[in-house]
Amino acid sequence: MKILVAVKRVVDHNVKVRVKADNTGVELANVKMSMNPFCEIGVEEAIRLKEKGVASEVIAVSVGPSAAQEQLRTALALGADRAILVEQDGDISSLTVAKLLKALVDKEQPGLVMLGKQAIDTDNNQTGQMLGALTGYAQGTFASKVEVDGDKVNVTREIDGGLQTVALKLPAIVTTDLRLNEPRYAKLPDIMKAKKKPLDTVTPADLGVTVASTLTTLKVEAPAQRSAGIKVADVATLVEKLKNEAKVI
Amino acid sequence: MAILVIAEHSNAALGAATLNTVTAAKAIGGDVHVLVAGAGCAAAAEAAAKIDGVAKVLVADDAAYAHQLPENVAPLVAEQGKSYSHVLAPATTTGKNLLPRVAALLDTDQISEIIAVESADTFKRPIYAGNAIATVQSSAAIKVITVRGTGFDAAAAEGGSAAIENIAAGADAGISSFVGEELAKSDRPDLTSARVVVSGGRGMGNGDNFEMLYKLADKLGAAVGASRAAVDAGFVPNDLQVGQTGKIVAPDLYIAVGISGAIQHLAGMSGSKVIVAINKDEDAPIFQVADYGLVADLFEVVPQLDAAL
Ligand SMILES: Cc1cc2nc3c(=O)[nH]c(=O)nc-3n(C[C@H](O)[C@H](O)[C@H](O)COP(=O)(O)OP(=O)(O)OC[C@H]3O[C@@H](n4cnc5c(N)ncnc54)[C@H](O)[C@@H]3O)c2cc1C
Ligand SMILES: Nc1ncnc2c1ncn2[C@@H]1O[C@H](COP(=O)(O)O)[C@@H](O)[C@H]1O
Repeated sequence: MKILVAVKRVVDHNVKVRVKADNTGVELANVKMSMNPFCEIGVEEAIRLKEKGVASEVIAVSVGPSAAQEQLRTALALGADRAILVEQDGDISSLTVAKLLKALVDKEQPGLVMLGKQAIDTDNNQTGQMLGALTGYAQGTFASKVEVDGDKVNVTREIDGGLQTVALKLPAIVTTDLRLNEPRYAKLPDIMKAKKKPLDTVTPADLGVTVASTLTTLKVEAPAQRSAGIKVADVATLVEKLKNEAKVI
Repeated sequence: MAILVIAEHSNAALGAATLNTVTAAKAIGGDVHVLVAGAGCAAAAEAAAKIDGVAKVLVADDAAYAHQLPENVAPLVAEQGKSYSHVLAPATTTGKNLLPRVAALLDTDQISEIIAVESADTFKRPIYAGNAIATVQSSAAIKVITVRGTGFDAAAAEGGSAAIENIAAGADAGISSFVGEELAKSDRPDLTSARVVVSGGRGMGNGDNFEMLYKLADKLGAAVGASRAAVDAGFVPNDLQVGQTGKIVAPDLYIAVGISGAIQHLAGMSGSKVIVAINKDEDAPIFQVADYGLVADLFEVVPQLDAAL
């Protein structure tokens, strides 16, 4: 069984993002870019399934600018066998990404598609579910456990009330949550070897997909800032302030 | 123009997040209809019919909808959605699981987790863990939207008397099934709607030490939350995580105990009215958003606080 794993290039999660002065977006110049943390978890899970002999091949896919090759090389260093970059600059809606992934699913026929539950830049949390609709496959979103069992996969999901387990017929879509695994780090020799692994580049047109969106971002603003309050000396003062000043207890 | 709100419910009862979503629908303007898809969900449907401002409740009652499997529910919602200008669902894990599947079936983009309605086609939503707020306009014929509960007040649960209409259920897609669930049982208020939240982080040290926070919470009538680090370490279950990728809370009072205040945590609680931080590191970023900061060892001051209340 092949596993397709979707990898997005995003602003690193440690960067404190700043809104541009002209309110057209956030400052992306000279900002550290990385693989979306949820995609790292997806890559790790795919590799573990390969190590267990469940998967035969792991294919990493990214939709983005030429620079997204960096994140695909990281996936290759971690253990993916080959990579595909769908080269496209600018903002791409989750629906368009799902359509591009659908075209690749048709071509590659994976048994599982792994995605992150959400990209930490747009915070959309959409692509996996949309790919589920487009392929007609079942979806196990926000996964904290994935067990392939014959022609189905059991997925334990992190839900608001606790945990839920569903059984999905393969092929299926899985989106990762934080507790699924702890991703490994790439070792230097693997980073060197990854440079020789195949990385193909295609365009949306090659895949027969038109890049379009019904959404326009009119402006991007900084959120209302909270200001630091006061430090209190002890518990008695805290309780007094909460009672008489803030009036919340 | 009519707006379809997808109800969050447990078949037996309506979920509170439905009420905030109805308020968002009212802000868009137009008749508000609520869809209840479930199995044995008459009680939830009756509750939906009583929500103030709801004109009609559609009910699809079928075994295939018992556990809200999106493979079964999404085709139903997409089919119904074609007659509406907007399809809204709460940005709960159920809504987030379902609605993008609906959007793709309708071949339309989704707008996730709106916090404000500017007009019928323009909405505000946080991006980059709330470090920026985007104003997004949609030209889609059917606007598919999830609604962040903390962005909208709850509609009154009583006062309405909407007509209830049964609609035909679709077939079970046959590709997914429910195996089981482990739901947290708690007598404390629901984390996302509690008036007071007491949250613990890695500084709590272990799960047993959370007992201190449970005790404190019970005195305050509070819900208990946690940082990702506390959940990852196994101190508490996942449903307690507050943050960018956990639950979004906006209580009157949020007490952060042994939490550093990473941006991903702040994303989930910085809308709280009053924030208290207890941390032994005076440089912890949590103090930059706290109204009242107490630089102290939590193991000393939490019992003191408990005693003082
Ligand atoms: C993709 C992604 C998503 C994430 N999503 C979330 C999310 O949704 N929610 C979330 O919370 N985090 C999230 N995180 C993690 C986040 O970046 C932080 O790692 C996490 O919030 C840290 O948790 P903490 O504050 O409990 O731990 P730490 O940062 O380790 O802080 C512990 C604090 O406890 C204090 N302390 C220790 N002992 C004591 C004591 N005895 N008395 C008083 N104070 C003490 C320390 O001074 C320190 O400030 C996410 C990260 C990523 C990459
Ligand atoms: N441009 C992209 N390239 C590759 N994968 C993507 C892209 N956008 C989204 N994804 C995948 O979809 C997941 C969820 O993203 P989103 O739905 O946009 O929040 C990500 O974690 C990725 O696995």
